[in-house]
Amino acid sequence: MIGDDVLVWREVRKGFGRSIVLDRLDMTARRGRSLVILGASGQGKSVALKLAAGLLQPDAGQVLIEGRDLARQSAAGRKALLARTGMLFQGAALFDSLPVWENVAFRLLNAERSSRAEGRARALLALRRVRLDADVADKRPSQLSGGMQKRVGLARAIVADPELLFFDEPTTGLDPITARAIDALILDQVRRLGCTAVTITHDIASARRIGDDIALLGRGRILWRGPAAALDRPEDPALDQFVHGRAEGPLALAP
Amino acid sequence: MAAGREKLDPLSPLGRGVLALLAAIGAASSFIGRAVWATITPPWYGRPLLRQLWAMGYLSLPVVGLTAGFTGAALALNIVSGGSRINADQVLPQIVALGITRELGPVLTALMLAGRVSAAIAAEIGAMRTSEQIDALQTLSTDPFHYLIAPRLLAGLLAAPLLTAIADLVGLAGGWSVAVYHLDFDPRLYAERTLDFLSPGDVGVGLVKALVFGAIVALMGCLNGFRATGGARGVGRATTQGVVTAAVLVFAADYAITYLAAARP
Repeated sequence: MIGDDVLVWREVRKGFGRSIVLDRLDMTARRGRSLVILGASGQGKSVALKLAAGLLQPDAGQVLIEGRDLARQSAAGRKALLARTGMLFQGAALFDSLPVWENVAFRLLNAERSSRAEGRARALLALRRVRLDADVADKRPSQLSGGMQKRVGLARAIVADPELLFFDEPTTGLDPITARAIDALILDQVRRLGCTAVTITHDIASARRIGDDIALLGRGRILWRGPAAALDRPEDPALDQFVHGRAEGPLALAP
Repeated sequence: MAAGREKLDPLSPLGRGVLALLAAIGAASSFIGRAVWATITPPWYGRPLLRQLWAMGYLSLPVVGLTAGFTGAALALNIVSGGSRINADQVLPQIVALGITRELGPVLTALMLAGRVSAAIAAEIGAMRTSEQIDALQTLSTDPFHYLIAPRLLAGLLAAPLLTAIADLVGLAGGWSVAVYHLDFDPRLYAERTLDFLSPGDVGVGLVKALVFGAIVALMGCLNGFRATGGARGVGRATTQGVVTAAVLVFAADYAITYLAAARP
């Protein structure tokens, strides 16, 4: 089954201090598909994503990429596994001390030790893939709008052709038109390039557009999972509450 | 129930305080250990190191130079006006030379660096932490200790002794110019007595201090920035703590090194 399951959270527990954020989470991202994790704020979506990106370590359980436990890898093994991933952060998290093209080429220049000429050439290609003109390449991130920063963040995530992409609230804080454009770019990665995408969001419209599989996270575990089509006619009470944004229902608000 | 017991037990806040202090010392030690390890093991990043050397070293020259020049001049005036009661003006060049090279040159340089560099490092790394740029580094297969901390520590270790050597020269020149233009000392005689008196040990102690201070200034900025939490307010707090811890540790290390140097004449 490893062949199809690119990323697996197995019985993952994670807490901070006394609060338990993830409580034996079981979830799978399948190859070449787009998994969207829905959930209210404070329900552990970000933590689940950061565990998969190797930014946090689980207290118990395993996070497996291509069947290999991230926590049990040597430093080199971990690096090799994570080199096949890319992540777009909620605030883009561009390095403001570097021009746009060096941001995009960062992995090539610093982790893969490419030459600056090659790094720049590949950065320009990646910028074109996210529909940005070459003239942004020498600008500073602070000179770009929020939507353009997100595109640069996406270019940085895809520049080394990763197989597994993580998106942290990709459309939050964007106008509807830019949000659609970002969604289209994410879909492009999955449909055309065969990437596996894992997105956390609370934007239902975006989830409908980019999701193949949906998982609803609440109280630290999966409350519901199924195909994205179910979002149109949710039968599960928790999913129904979330999709329609009802205050009353099985989903407890974060304390 | 637990809260009730704490009220009755005056020792529990004390115990919590001690535990928190131990935890902070442990966390700082582990951070410093990782920082040193990242500095002595590859990969090394040249461009960030050059950028830090420029920011810490070159751009600190004016403030360090001005501070040292005025302090050397004021020191000379103080010795003559206050020290005339014990004929200290007879040994003015020697006292200025000792004061500048062993104490004021390295300490004032370090304090200026704490204000300029520790603050800037803590603010920059703190902002990178709160805007997820440090997480982004990790997802791009780049270790933040190698990419962010090691260049700053190295730059501190290189820049502080160089700046201190310059501060020594400027400070001695400040004392010399007050002595010559204000107190009618013979310019050649003053310079000769300074050079005859100064031993390599005096300058050496100052430069050893500068090396340690450079590490303190860089590491306190990095440490406080790295663990910043909670947006703009957290970054502000990290900046203040970076400057304060750097300054206090500079004074503590100054005493410790002076003591060790005095024990071995």
